[in-house]
Amino acid sequence: MAQAIAFYVIAACILGFGVLVISTKDTVHSVLFLVLDFLFVAALYVLLGAQFLAAIQVLVYAGGIVVLYLFVVMLVNLKRPPEAHSDPHRRTKLGFGLAAAVLVELGAIAAYGYARPATAFAMPAAAAMPVSGNTEQVGWLLYTSYLIPFEIASMLLLVAMIGAIVLAKREL
Amino acid sequence: MIDELLIPLLKIVIVLNATLVAVTYMVLLERKVIAWAQSRLGPMRVGPYGVLQPIADAIKLMIKEDITPVRADRWVFTAAPIISMVPALIVYAVIPFGPTIHLFGRSVSLYITDINVGLLYIVSVASVGVYGIILAGYASNSKYPLLASLRASAQLISYEVAVTLTLVSVILMAGSLSMVEIVNAQYNQHVWFVFAQPMAFVIVLIGGLAETNRAPFDLPEAEQELTGGFHTEYSGMRFALFFLAEYANMIVVSSVVVTLFFAGWLPPFPNTPALHVLYYVPSWAWFLIKSFVFLYLFIWIRATLPRYRYDQLMNIGWKVLIPLAIVNLVITGIVKVALI
Amino acid sequence: MLLSASLFIIGVIGVMVRRNIIIIFMSIELILNAVNINLVAFSAQLGNQIGQVFAVFVIAVAAAEAAVGLGIILAFYRNKETINIDEMNLMRS
Repeated sequence: MAQAIAFYVIAACILGFGVLVISTKDTVHSVLFLVLDFLFVAALYVLLGAQFLAAIQVLVYAGGIVVLYLFVVMLVNLKRPPEAHSDPHRRTKLGFGLAAAVLVELGAIAAYGYARPATAFAMPAAAAMPVSGNTEQVGWLLYTSYLIPFEIASMLLLVAMIGAIVLAKREL
Repeated sequence: MIDELLIPLLKIVIVLNATLVAVTYMVLLERKVIAWAQSRLGPMRVGPYGVLQPIADAIKLMIKEDITPVRADRWVFTAAPIISMVPALIVYAVIPFGPTIHLFGRSVSLYITDINVGLLYIVSVASVGVYGIILAGYASNSKYPLLASLRASAQLISYEVAVTLTLVSVILMAGSLSMVEIVNAQYNQHVWFVFAQPMAFVIVLIGGLAETNRAPFDLPEAEQELTGGFHTEYSGMRFALFFLAEYANMIVVSSVVVTLFFAGWLPPFPNTPALHVLYYVPSWAWFLIKSFVFLYLFIWIRATLPRYRYDQLMNIGWKVLIPLAIVNLVITGIVKVALI
Repeated sequence: MLLSASLFIIGVIGVMVRRNIIIIFMSIELILNAVNINLVAFSAQLGNQIGQVFAVFVIAVAAAEAAVGLGIILAFYRNKETINIDEMNLMRS
């Protein structure tokens, strides 16, 4: 019962701050709402029992990526507001229309899923995990079944790091 | 019901109050120690031997005029000191002051909570503390604080990387992320981690100094640099909050170092039966004594060493500490696997 | 799951409607977070940890993409002095 209340409160906060992120005129306030959003998402992860992921979310997303966004916003602080004039080529109504179409489609999927009770499909038997505890389970999976994606992700991060450094240098 | 709700609440109240009092008296301690290092006496007038000086400081700061710059962002300006202070305080939720003891007929654990990702929680909360500095510089709406805050936050996130890498090797030794488990692992392995991982200890110490903007890495807040750093435009209670946040961060770093490397609440040589008499000193007293030693060390370093220039600072962070942390991690991994 | 879908919608609207390119990037992060919430919710329901592993990968990829994207923005800003996406049209003249 308390869990359901907590879930709805956190969900309302996440959605509320999300709307604020995309609708605030001031960029810095937008970034701050994004941070709050991420912190509430981390709280949701804790509620769902993924503590390792919650800590990683705060550490990487809220503590690293959004700091990066804040840096760039401050370095690019323009005098005139960036949305001063509207472009005749821009089709705002088309944007809203597309979003509505996605919403209708998701609604259709949800309704379809309710109409037919989902048959319990058999999950592939997970490899026997000798330890309990959330971090150990995630770590076990990362290093045994999903080792190759792990290595590829580290290569990707290395390439991104080098790319970002090269892009930001003034002279090469 | 009472056990679940009231006891943690009581613990939170005690720990928060103790922290705030400790932080206030840290100001006095620092001024005294630096004075003694410079062959003078420090504050002596207010109260016997200057003991009431922090109270006088607090009163002065609270009745000072609270100036907000004209075109500053009011919400962010007000929020920045709070964002600086809150992470420093909520880390105390996972620091263990002692094991589970028996008090008044029930077993009370001397830590507020023990989550199984305790160390990761501490690191992530520390990375959120960077926001206070960035927002303070931005909200002041003037050039110098903005530049100073960008420099300070760049320093903070650089040293965060080195410290996090080093903490991974400590986790390798202990086998768990939970702080209580790390202390227990030091008990079970009969060795303080400072002796098993001296390089990690040195890296965390230097990184901790840089993370809390303490000398010799205190370029962002020194008075002679960039007209006072990121808190130039702050006055009165908000300024006080920034400084209290810095001292609270310092206490947090020394508590974490004590827990990770010096076996938190255990007396020295915890396994030898001959020295069991040391167990009569309560466990939280050992913790406080060890933390105090580290706080003294931090103040001592501030009194002694000159300040690093910014490029030297970043040089050390990226080109010296991170390779050392990686080498430490590799050596720890190899030794751990070889010893199984 | 409804939460994740609605967050996704909000992110998509943000990407389509706003002109400030930094806010567009942040809306993309919102979309990625919505996906993550979905993954973790499934992982909690099925008792498996595979969803969380995938979510870790998504976070790593999002970090890489944010870093490179912001580098591109900075390089562009140095040249053209604007962050309004309608004015970023080097290919038109």
